[in-house]
Amino acid sequence: MYALTRPSTVWTRFRAKRSGFISLLLFAALVLASLGAELLCNDRPYVVHYQGQNYWPLWHDYPETVFGGDFATPTDYLDPFIREQLGKSGNWVVFAPNRYGAKTLNYFAKAPSPAPPSRDNWLGTDDRGRDVLAQLVYGFRVSVLFALALTLVGVVLGLLAGAVQGYFAGALDLILQRAIEVWSSMPELYLLIIFSAVFAPSVGLLLGLLSLFGWMGLADYVRAEFLRNRQMDYVRAARALGASHAAIIWRHVLPNSLTPVITFLPFRMSGAILALTSLDFLGLGVPPGTPSLGELLAQGKNNIDAWWISLFTFVLLAGTLLLLTLMGDALRDALDPRKERSA
Amino acid sequence: MNLPAQAELSTARAGQDAAARGSGIECADPTPLLEVRDLRVAFGAQTVLHGLNFSMAPGEKLALVGESGSGKTVCALSLLGLAQGARVSGSARFQRATLPGKHGPGAVVDLLRLAPEPLRALRGQDIAMVFQEPMNALNPVFTIGEQIAEVLRCKRGLNAREAWAGAVALLADMEIDEPQRRARAYAHQLSGGQRQRAMIAMALACRPRLLLADEPTTALDVTLRAQILDLLERLRQRDGMAILLVTHDLHLVRRFADRVAVMERGHIVEQGVCSDLFSRPAHARTRALQGSAPQRDPTEASSPAPAEDAVRATQLQVHYLVPRAGLLGWFRPARFDAVQDVSWRLPAGRTLGVVGESGSGKSTLALAALGLLPFAGELAVFGRPWAVSPAQDLANRRALQVVFQDPFSALSPRLHIQDIVGEGLRIHAPELTAGQRHDRVLAALKDVGLEEAQFPGLLQRYAHQFSGGQRQRIAIARALVLQPRALVLDEPTSALDASMARQVLALLQKLQAVHGLAYLLISHDVAVIRAMAHTVLVLRQGRVVESGPVDTVFEHAQHPYTQALVQAAL
Repeated sequence: MYALTRPSTVWTRFRAKRSGFISLLLFAALVLASLGAELLCNDRPYVVHYQGQNYWPLWHDYPETVFGGDFATPTDYLDPFIREQLGKSGNWVVFAPNRYGAKTLNYFAKAPSPAPPSRDNWLGTDDRGRDVLAQLVYGFRVSVLFALALTLVGVVLGLLAGAVQGYFAGALDLILQRAIEVWSSMPELYLLIIFSAVFAPSVGLLLGLLSLFGWMGLADYVRAEFLRNRQMDYVRAARALGASHAAIIWRHVLPNSLTPVITFLPFRMSGAILALTSLDFLGLGVPPGTPSLGELLAQGKNNIDAWWISLFTFVLLAGTLLLLTLMGDALRDALDPRKERSA
Repeated sequence: MNLPAQAELSTARAGQDAAARGSGIECADPTPLLEVRDLRVAFGAQTVLHGLNFSMAPGEKLALVGESGSGKTVCALSLLGLAQGARVSGSARFQRATLPGKHGPGAVVDLLRLAPEPLRALRGQDIAMVFQEPMNALNPVFTIGEQIAEVLRCKRGLNAREAWAGAVALLADMEIDEPQRRARAYAHQLSGGQRQRAMIAMALACRPRLLLADEPTTALDVTLRAQILDLLERLRQRDGMAILLVTHDLHLVRRFADRVAVMERGHIVEQGVCSDLFSRPAHARTRALQGSAPQRDPTEASSPAPAEDAVRATQLQVHYLVPRAGLLGWFRPARFDAVQDVSWRLPAGRTLGVVGESGSGKSTLALAALGLLPFAGELAVFGRPWAVSPAQDLANRRALQVVFQDPFSALSPRLHIQDIVGEGLRIHAPELTAGQRHDRVLAALKDVGLEEAQFPGLLQRYAHQFSGGQRQRIAIARALVLQPRALVLDEPTSALDASMARQVLALLQKLQAVHGLAYLLISHDVAVIRAMAHTVLVLRQGRVVESGPVDTVFEHAQHPYTQALVQAAL
C-alpha cells in the first residue's frame, strides 16, 4: 500500500521496458531536432561567400543589392537570379538541408501548388506553395512547446487545487469540489469561439483559455492521494512536531502524492497536442500563418487529391502520439507498486 | 447436518487418540491426513521455503509458529495452490474424504501435483481456509447469507432454498445471535468478531477435513480472540476436522494446539508436542519466541512520587461528528463521543498505561493529549495548557512528543533518515547550523541504538531500507531529537514481531531511566502495560472503567471488562 517506489527503481524499471525507453529516446531526438528547426529548414543559407566576403544571412538581412540585384529589398535566396550570382566562380554558399522555411513562399516553383514530393520539396508543398516538410518541423515544435506549457500550467494548477482540497478536507473540500463541478460544466468550445471572435487570436490566449479548464482532471487524483496520505502517521508525527501546514504539504504529503501526476504526464502531453491540432483544424487555434499540424490537416481535407499533405501530417501526428502513449504506458508500469514483485 | 460427518467423527477421534499416544515428533497414525515432504517454494530467484517436512493426523491441531517473513503463510497458501507466481516442489499427500470423484473413497492425492481443476474442486470441499482480515475476504456487495449459500450450492449441489436454510444453520452453529437477521447483513454491518465467525461458517460449509487458519484472530480484539479459538475448538470436536493454525502468537499456540512447528526463514527448526516444546525448547528460535514476553524493568515507584505532572487532564472530552443516514443526516451529523469526562495525571518520569480494546477511545485520547484533536475540558503539559491554536504551540510540542504504532506509515518513504529525524530541529531550533543539526541527529540515533558503524551511510538511507524494529527506533529518535520530557506511545510495539517488540520496550525503559521521560503508553496488550506502566487507566467506550497502580488494577481486577483483558493476555 504505502510501499512507494523509489525514483531509482522507477528509472531502472522504465529502462527495462524497451518500447517505452526507445520511445523516450526517439521523442527526445525529435524535440531536440525541432528546437533547431531554423538550422534544418530555412530559406536563408548559413553562410554566403560572395566576391571575397562572408555574409551570414541567418543572422543578418542583406538587401539584394549586395548580391548584384536591383532592389534594396531583403534578398530572396530562392530567386534564380541570385542563385546564378552566388553560383559564379569564387562564390560559394552553404544552405540548410531543406531550403524552405515554414512561411517561405516559393515564387519560382516549377510545379503549381499543391505540388507533389519532388527533389526541391521533399514532402511536396501545400496549396499556398509552402514546403510541407518545413511546415511539419515547425508545426511539431509549436505543438510540443504548446503541449509542454499547457501540461506544466495544468499540473501546477491541478496540484495546487488538489493539495488544498485533499489536505484541508472537510468543508473547504466540499465547497471547492462543488465550485470545480460548476466550472467544469462551462462549455469550453463556445468560450473559445467567443474569445476568438472578441480578441485577436494568439498562442498565449489559447494557452490561457485551455489552461483554465485543463487542470481539473488532475486535481481529482491529487486530491484523492492527499486525502489518503494526510491520514498517515508520518503526517501526524510532523503535526506533533509543530510543522506548519505549508511545510507538511510540501515536504511530507506532496512527494508521496506525485505518482498519478507523473504517470499522467505523457498522456496529458498527447492530449494537449491533440487538443491544439483539433482546434487548429477547426480554425479556432493558433493565428493564421503560424505553422500548425491542424491547419495542414485542414488543407489535406480541402485538397483530397494532394495525398502528401494529409499522409505526412498524419504519420507525424500518429507517430508522436504513439511515442507519448508508449512512454506513458512504460511509466505507469514502472510506478505501479503491484508490479514490484513480478518485476 | 449430514451423515458422513458423523461417520468421520469416530475416525477423527481415533486419529486424535493415536496422535496423543504418538512420539510427539511425528504423529504415529499410519495414514496421516496430510503428509508434507520436502516442500520448497521459490519466488523468482528467492527461495522462501527450504524443504519443510511435517504431517498431521486427522483431527489434529498443528500450529505453525514463526515471526513475520518466516514463510508460514506461504506454506499454507502453497498447499492449496494459492501462492501466486511461486515455484513449488516436494510432495503434500492428502487423504481425501470418502466422497465422489475419480479418486474413490479415501484416496490419497498429492496436493502439489494435482491439476488446477481437481485442486479447485478440493478447495473448500476437503480443505478450507480462514484468512486474517475478514473484511477483505468477504465480498462487500453480497450479504453474508448469500455468500455462504453460494458455497453450499456450488459445492454441495443444494437448491436455493436449502442453501439459504443451510447458511442460516451454519451461522447458528457459529454462535452468532439472531442468525436469520445476520444472514441478511452485509460484511460492513457486522462487528469484527461476527465477520470472522461468518468467514469460518463459509469455510466449514462443506465440513472440510482440514482447516487452514491463517492468523485467524490477529485482526480481532484481545477479548474476542479467546472466543474465536474456543469456537474453533468446539467445531473441531464436533466435526473432527484437523486445524493447521498459522500464527505468530505464542499465547494462542499454548492454549490451542496439540503440536507445534517453529519456523525460521523458511525452515522448520523444531517441532513437537506443545507442552514438551514449551517446557524443554531445544532450538534458540523457540526460546527466543518463548522469552518474548516483555520484561518489567521501569524505574520503580518506590522513590517518592514526583511533584510535577507531565500531563494532566481534567474532564477531557473528545467527540466526532458522524454523518447520519438520509439526506437530513448529512446536514445534521450525529455526535459520537469518543472520550467522555476522563481525568488523569501523568507524573513526570513515570508511565501511565492506557488499556482497552479497539474503539475504546484510547488512541483518540492520545491524539487529544498531543493537541492534534479538538477537545473540551482541561489539558496541561507540564502545567502549561495548550494554546488556542495548538498547531503553533511550539513550547508544548517540544515537551511532548509521540511514537506511533505502525513504523511503516510513520516514516515518510521519500525522505532520508537525516531529514526525518532532523525535522523537529528545523522547526524548533532553526538557528542550528547544518553541522550542529547533523550532530544532534546522530546523537539521537545513537540513543536508540542505531550507529553509523553498523549501518554505513545511515543518514542518507531511506526508511524502507530498515526492518520494522529499526524503523520504530528511528521514529523514537525523531521524537527524542527535541529532548522532550514526555512521550506519547501509541501502541509502540503492536506492529512488531514479538522479539522486536521486547527489544523496543527494553529500549524505551532504558531511555526513561536515562532521560527521566514520562510515557503515556497506549496499548491493547495487558502484558505490555504490565511491563512498562506505573499506573494504568482501563478505557471502555470512551469512559474509565478502572484506574490505579498497575499491580492493584490487574491483580485485583474489579470490573469484568478488566478481568477479560487480563485473561486474554495470559
